[in-house]
Amino acid sequence: MNFENQGVIKRLADQYGPENLAVVLGNGEANGVEVFAETVTQGDPSYAGPLAGVALRIPVYHVLEEEVLSALPDNLREEKLQLSLLVIDVEPMHQLLKTAREKL
Amino acid sequence: MLSGKKIIAIGERDGVPGPVIAECLEGAGLEVVFQATECFV
Repeated sequence: MNFENQGVIKRLADQYGPENLAVVLGNGEANGVEVFAETVTQGDPSYAGPLAGVALRIPVYHVLEEEVLSALPDNLREEKLQLSLLVIDVEPMHQLLKTAREKL
Repeated sequence: MLSGKKIIAIGERDGVPGPVIAECLEGAGLEVVFQATECFV
């Protein structure tokens, strides 16, 4: 996750409290998801960004996980996410994020 | 789960972009406090 976004998330956590936040990702592949999830739960794994050593423990979801999709109005889900649902394999990301959430 | 949470939407250029995530979640009545689109190369 780039440093600018890490800085914003750190500020939002200070402002609202990390327990009041949730992160929703839109990654196209699973390889970035693990790093993103680790960054906002355990801290920046590269130890270089603003979240280095900062364990915010914010729950992370992917927008195409059923937990998120089921909360969306039908028209938005069909209009905005139908194509992504066809081309993005969300299952590996779901498994990674579910495991990360269970550790919180 | 997401209900009552303030949402940070981090999209990806080759996946679902941040503004699309934000639009969907706001349409569900959720409060999106930040959205961005990363380029994961």
